[in-house]
Amino acid sequence: MNGNTGASYKPGKISRFFLHVYHAFAFVMRFFREAFLPPFHFKEFIRQCYNIGYRSLPLISITGFITGLVFTKQSRPSLADFGATSWLPSLVSIAIVRALAPLVTALICAGKVGSNIGAELGSMKVTEQIDAMEVSAINPYKYLVITRVLATTLMLPLLMFYTAFVGMMGSYLDVHANEQTSFISFFESAFSSINFLDYWASIVKALVYGFTISMVGSYKGFHASNGTTGVGQAANSAVVTSMFLIFIEEIIIVQISNFLRGGA
Amino acid sequence: MHIPDNISKEEKVIVIEGLYKSFGENHVLRGVDLHLYRRENVVVLGRSGTGKSVLIKIIAGLLKPDEGHISVLGKDVENLSGEQLRQLRLKLGFSFQNSALYDSMTVRENLEFPLVQNFKHLKRAEINKAVEEVIDAVGLSQTINQMPAELSGGQRKRIGVARTLILRPEIMLYDEPTAGLDPITSIDINNLINEVQHRYHTSSIIITHDLTCAKSTGDRVAMLLDGIFVKQGSFDEVFASDDERIKSFYDYNFIHQ
Repeated sequence: MNGNTGASYKPGKISRFFLHVYHAFAFVMRFFREAFLPPFHFKEFIRQCYNIGYRSLPLISITGFITGLVFTKQSRPSLADFGATSWLPSLVSIAIVRALAPLVTALICAGKVGSNIGAELGSMKVTEQIDAMEVSAINPYKYLVITRVLATTLMLPLLMFYTAFVGMMGSYLDVHANEQTSFISFFESAFSSINFLDYWASIVKALVYGFTISMVGSYKGFHASNGTTGVGQAANSAVVTSMFLIFIEEIIIVQISNFLRGGA
Repeated sequence: MHIPDNISKEEKVIVIEGLYKSFGENHVLRGVDLHLYRRENVVVLGRSGTGKSVLIKIIAGLLKPDEGHISVLGKDVENLSGEQLRQLRLKLGFSFQNSALYDSMTVRENLEFPLVQNFKHLKRAEINKAVEEVIDAVGLSQTINQMPAELSGGQRKRIGVARTLILRPEIMLYDEPTAGLDPITSIDINNLINEVQHRYHTSSIIITHDLTCAKSTGDRVAMLLDGIFVKQGSFDEVFASDDERIKSFYDYNFIHQ
C-alpha cells in the first residue's frame, strides 16, 4: 500500500501562491456559509464589539482630531490665495466624510485591531487552544472568527462616524480661531456640501474595510505556525496585508461612487 | 496477548486499520493497526517525532489520514459530517501536551466553557455543580478563580484533564501527560489517569515516551517505531522482546532518568 498519496506532492512557488489564494478564498466563503446559522455566540460578539469599538476610541479620538486640524491648517494658505477661506468648512467636510474618516479609521484599526486578532488567534493556534476548542465539540471558526468579523464590520462604520465628528471638531477649532466662524454656521456650511451618496459610500467603505481587517487578521492567526515567531509573523502580516487591501478597495469604491455621482 | 479481566474483550471502542500519514517527504505513519477495548488503557510508546501525537490527532479528527480506516465508537471518522463529528467529539476527551488552557479565562471559565457552549439549556446551578465535581476529582478546588498563567505545570495538566471530564467522555486521549513534569508530579498524573479510568469508566489511549507512565497506567503497551507498531502486549511482554530497537529504547530511558 502506498502511504504517500497526495501528501508528498511538493508544489512549486506559483502553485503555492494559488493554493494560498484558494485557502484564503475558502476561509472567506466559510464565513458566508456559517455566519447566519446557529449556534450564535452573542455574548462573545458583544465582548468583541466592546474590545474593538470602545477600546479604540482614545486612539481614534486623537488621530481624528489631529487629521481634521492639520488638514484645515494645510488647506488654508491655498484657499487664502484666492480669498476663498470661507470654503474651508465645505472642503474639509467633503475630504473628511468622503476619504479621510474611512481611511484613517481603517488604517488605525488595521494596526490596532488587525494585529490584535492576528496575534491572539495565532497564539491560540500555536498553543493548541484552537484544537482544544475543536475537540470539545465547539466550532472555533464560529466562536473566534465569525464573532470578530461581525464585530469589526459593525464597529468600523460607527468608529468612522466618530472619526468624522472629531475631525470636524478639530477643523472647527482652527476655523474658529482664524475666522471667528460660529459653530452653527461652520456646520451648516460643512453639511450643505455633503450629499446622501457621500454618506453611503463612506458606510460601504467602512463595512468593507472592517470585514477585510478582521478576516485577514483571523486568517493569518488561524494559519500561524512555528511557535512565537509565527505569532509575530501573523500579527505583522495581518497589518501589512489588510493595509494593502484597504488601498486597493479604496480605489475601487471611489471609482464606483464617482461613476454613480456621474463623474469620471 | 494478555488483557486484564475488568476490560470488555467484546467491545472495541477504537479500531484503526492500515493508517498512513505523511507530511511532505516525512512518512510519519506507515500502516498502523491498533484497537482499544472498552475500559482499557493503551499506552502508545515511542521516541519523539515518531508520529504518536499525529495518531491521536487523527483519531480526534484534527488531522486527516492519507490512507486507512478509523472507527471510533462504531463511527467511521473519515466519513462523518460536521455535526456527526461534533457529536462524536462530545464522547472524546483530549488532554493536550501543553494543557491548551484558554489563557484569557479563569480556571472556572475554562472548565465550564465546553459545557456552556454545548448545552446552552443548562442552568447556572447545574453548571456550577458539574464544575465543582470535576475540579474536586482532580483535587484543585483552591485554584478555581486563578488564571492559567498562575498555575504550575502539574496543575495545568490536571485542569486540562478536568476540562475534558466535564463532558463525561467515554474515551480519553492523553498526549504526553507527564512531559516536562518532575518525577513526583508525574506519579500524581499517572495516578490521576488511573483514577479517571476507574471513576469515569473511560477507555484511554496514552501517548508517552515515559516508561514509568507506561508501566503504571497501561493495561496494554503498543511500541511505535519508524511509523509502525513493532510490538503490542503487556509492559513486560513488550520489553521482553529481542528487538534491538525496543531494548535500546528501554536502556535509554533508564540511563537518562
